[in-house]
Amino acid sequence: MTSLITNRIRKVTVHLLMAVFIMLLTSLNLVAQTKQKAVNAAFNEKCLKCHGQSKYKYLNPESGSEVTKRMYLETIINRDLFAESNHKNFKCTDCHSEDYDTFPHPGRLRMESKYACIDCHGGDEKYAKFKFEEIEKEFQSSVHATKHADDFNCWMCHNPHTYKIKTRSEEKIKDIVAYDNAICLNCHADITKYQMLTDKVNPNIIQKHAWLPNQALHFKNVRCIECHARANDSILVAHNIQPKAKAVRRCVECHSTNSILMATLYKYKVKEGRSKAGFYNGVIMNEGYVIGANRNYYLGLLSLIMFSCVAAGILIHASLRILKRKK
Amino acid sequence: MSEKIYLYPMWIRLWHALNAILIILLIITGVSMQYTDPSNPLIRFDIAVKMHNISGMILTLNYLIFLTGSFITPNGKYYKLTLKGLFPRLMKQFMFYTFGIFKHEKAPFPVTKESKFNPLQQFTYVIAMFMLVPIVIVTGWALLYPEVVLTKFLSGSGLRVNDFIHVIIGFFVSFFMFIHIYFCTIGATFVSNFKSMITGFHESH
Ligand code: HEC
Ligand code: HEC
Ligand code: HEC
Ligand code: HEC
Ligand code: HEC
Ligand code: HEC
Ligand code: HEC
Ligand code: HEM
Repeated sequence: MTSLITNRIRKVTVHLLMAVFIMLLTSLNLVAQTKQKAVNAAFNEKCLKCHGQSKYKYLNPESGSEVTKRMYLETIINRDLFAESNHKNFKCTDCHSEDYDTFPHPGRLRMESKYACIDCHGGDEKYAKFKFEEIEKEFQSSVHATKHADDFNCWMCHNPHTYKIKTRSEEKIKDIVAYDNAICLNCHADITKYQMLTDKVNPNIIQKHAWLPNQALHFKNVRCIECHARANDSILVAHNIQPKAKAVRRCVECHSTNSILMATLYKYKVKEGRSKAGFYNGVIMNEGYVIGANRNYYLGLLSLIMFSCVAAGILIHASLRILKRKK
Repeated sequence: MSEKIYLYPMWIRLWHALNAILIILLIITGVSMQYTDPSNPLIRFDIAVKMHNISGMILTLNYLIFLTGSFITPNGKYYKLTLKGLFPRLMKQFMFYTFGIFKHEKAPFPVTKESKFNPLQQFTYVIAMFMLVPIVIVTGWALLYPEVVLTKFLSGSGLRVNDFIHVIIGFFVSFFMFIHIYFCTIGATFVSNFKSMITGFHESH
């Protein structure tokens, strides 16, 4: 009888403790969530209530009724991606005119000039490691800039509302590759975006790279810029896209011990990995296997030893056979 | 005068010749890819890849011929391992190769129509033909079609594991070949076993 009661008491206390624990957890979680929210998230809802989804509402002052309309696809901004982007802490009106808070937006705003990256980041100590000036210079000599001088700007690859640092991050190589390639494919696999800049027919990327075996695998593991941009040691991400004739075509540029990937795609990881693990091949071994480029040192050693043993065994056996042969 | 027994039927000899050529090609191109050196390539990388892929595909067909042959012809019986007393028999043959042979003892398991392989031979052939070669073939095809097999079943790192298995077992197959060729020189004369693989007739000691 007593044991039954103590049992029940024990059960109740356990449940109570659990409840308290869960409450603590959820409140902690709430704190964390509010902390994560960008500073101006609430403010930006003023714009995102219309630009955040595929429809918007406004009050027609003449009829006095609320009207629901579809938002143009290009003017929809993904809240979640904006909240993860580099510029997540911005107010929309830091980059756009304050006058956008009226609706319909005043017509003259269409003509507003936009900031360039360099306007904010140029000469700023805080961003020195990115070398914006060098990137600007490299971009200016790329095919995109030389062929479409003023129409092509940084924002075309760095979506102002979603761009987020990837290469310089702890993320997996595969995710970085996917993110970076999507930037290029945004135009090169989309005729309407491509033809915003030129009347040319958009070359079919799959066909144009048919010479590359395991093409799907390559496009998942290697970035377009690896083959198309000239490497520049002073910046992390090469920006000088070259004409197609200069693109990397030789397999051994990647599939060899002095693979260009070490100086490009894997550079950041290699640098980080070296300081952390001290053994740089290890980092890469965990993320990709580029035949010819990353050999496992120990595997190589082991096969060499095994090979020597086999050769020695055969040699000794053969010599003994010759020595001891029937006269 | 030594007697001759007909041991290697025509189809085995043809299979074996093709098999040997393909495996040698695969080893050379495989090593060349694994140890590429842009300034001084053994074989240009893309050519090596192509040669390796094509040889691998033909080897698969050839292996299927061997497999079918092992089931429908009497040759298959030579590959039936008897587990009972296997180890003592292997040891006996091993001792012969390490000591007996130098004292000119008689081979413990002479070649007959009923058992063409000695226990050690049989054991290594079974391991090579029914373990190593199939593993290399399967992992090789998986590398050709990574999107079909690996990413589906093994997610991210599947390709890497698969690659390692392919390379390591590939090394074992080449070890097998070196040892195999060497042991083939132990016959009635230095070259008699190679002759048998051409004529089909085995020459006893
Ligand atoms: C009531 C809904 C509504 C609100 C609120 C709203 N917008 Fe808009 N916005 C639109 C619509 C509809 C368009 C497309 C038609 C047009 O250009 O006027 C648009 C277009 C734009 C454009 C593109 C103009 C161009 O060049 O074509 C920008 C930039 C923009 N809005 C910024 C903002 C900002 C910043 C805010 C918040 C301060 C905001 N909008 C608030 C409905 C809204
Ligand atoms: C870091 C600066 C920056 C911030 C912050 C920013 N924008 Fe923009 N936005 C731009 C630039 C630059 C363009 C022009 C892009 C182009 O021309 O490709 C633009 C374009 C737009 C467009 C027109 C899209 C089009 O393709 O026509 C809309 C709508 C818009 N922004 C809304 C917003 C809203 C809403 C916010 C806040 C959630 C916001 N922007 C925050 C820089 C910014
Ligand atoms: C209106 C000024 C402005 C413009 C235009 C602008 N940036 Fe920024 N950028 C900032 C500020 C301010 C921050 C810091 C934001 C923060 O810390 O919350 C920032 C952050 C970044 C970061 C992240 C830095 C880090 O250490 O995490 C990168 C990368 C970046 N910007 C790249 C760009 C690129 C590329 C462009 C042009 C396509 C651009 N920026 C345009 C002001 C700007
Ligand atoms: C053709 C497309 C393209 C254009 C145009 C472009 N970029 Fe980039 N940029 C990229 C890609 C791809 C990355 C890699 C993003 C990642 O993985 O972090 C990148 C990365 C960056 C980075 C981060 C580098 C780092 O060290 O982490 C900066 C800063 C940058 N770009 C600035 C600029 C500036 C400034 C311009 C205009 C002068 C510009 N970009 C134009 C494609 C482009
Ligand atoms: C905003 C759209 C857009 C984006 C984003 C873009 N490109 Fe382009 N790209 C073009 C257009 C348009 C051309 C055609 C230029 C011409 O010949 O007039 C072009 C040309 C090229 C060429 C030259 C082809 C030749 O004929 O020599 C290469 C290479 C190239 N792009 C690679 C890339 C890579 C790599 C990226 C991503 C880092 C990228 N592009 C991102 C629009 C884009
Ligand atoms: C392994 C290296 C490699 C990779 C990776 C690669 N390319 Fe290429 N690409 C080339 C080569 C080489 C050519 C030149 C083909 C030719 O001239 O026939 C080329 C051609 C092109 C062209 C010009 C097509 C034409 O004929 O006008 C474009 C655009 C292009 N690539 C974009 C991309 C994009 C986008 C990606 C990423 C999804 C990419 N490339 C990935 C090597 C590569
Ligand atoms: C820009 C660098 C680059 C170039 C150039 C390149 N490759 Fe690759 N290759 C890679 C990467 C990265 C992988 C995938 C590694 C992984 O699976 O993680 C790969 C994978 C492969 C594979 C698949 C191997 C496997 O593990 O399944 C083959 C085969 C291959 N490449 C052949 C070639 C051939 C042939 C060429 C020349 C025509 C070539 N590659 C050019 C980077 C490159
Ligand atoms: C140039 C390379 C090769 C040479 C010179 C060679 C030589 C020979 C010789 C002389 C024989 C007959 C003696 C015996 O039965 O042991 C033989 C049999 C055999 N070899 Fe090879 N070999 C080579 C490569 C290979 C390879 C790469 C494999 C398999 C991966 C292989 C598998 C076999 C098998 C299974 C038999 C027995 C066939 C049977 O009679 O059923 N050989 N080989």
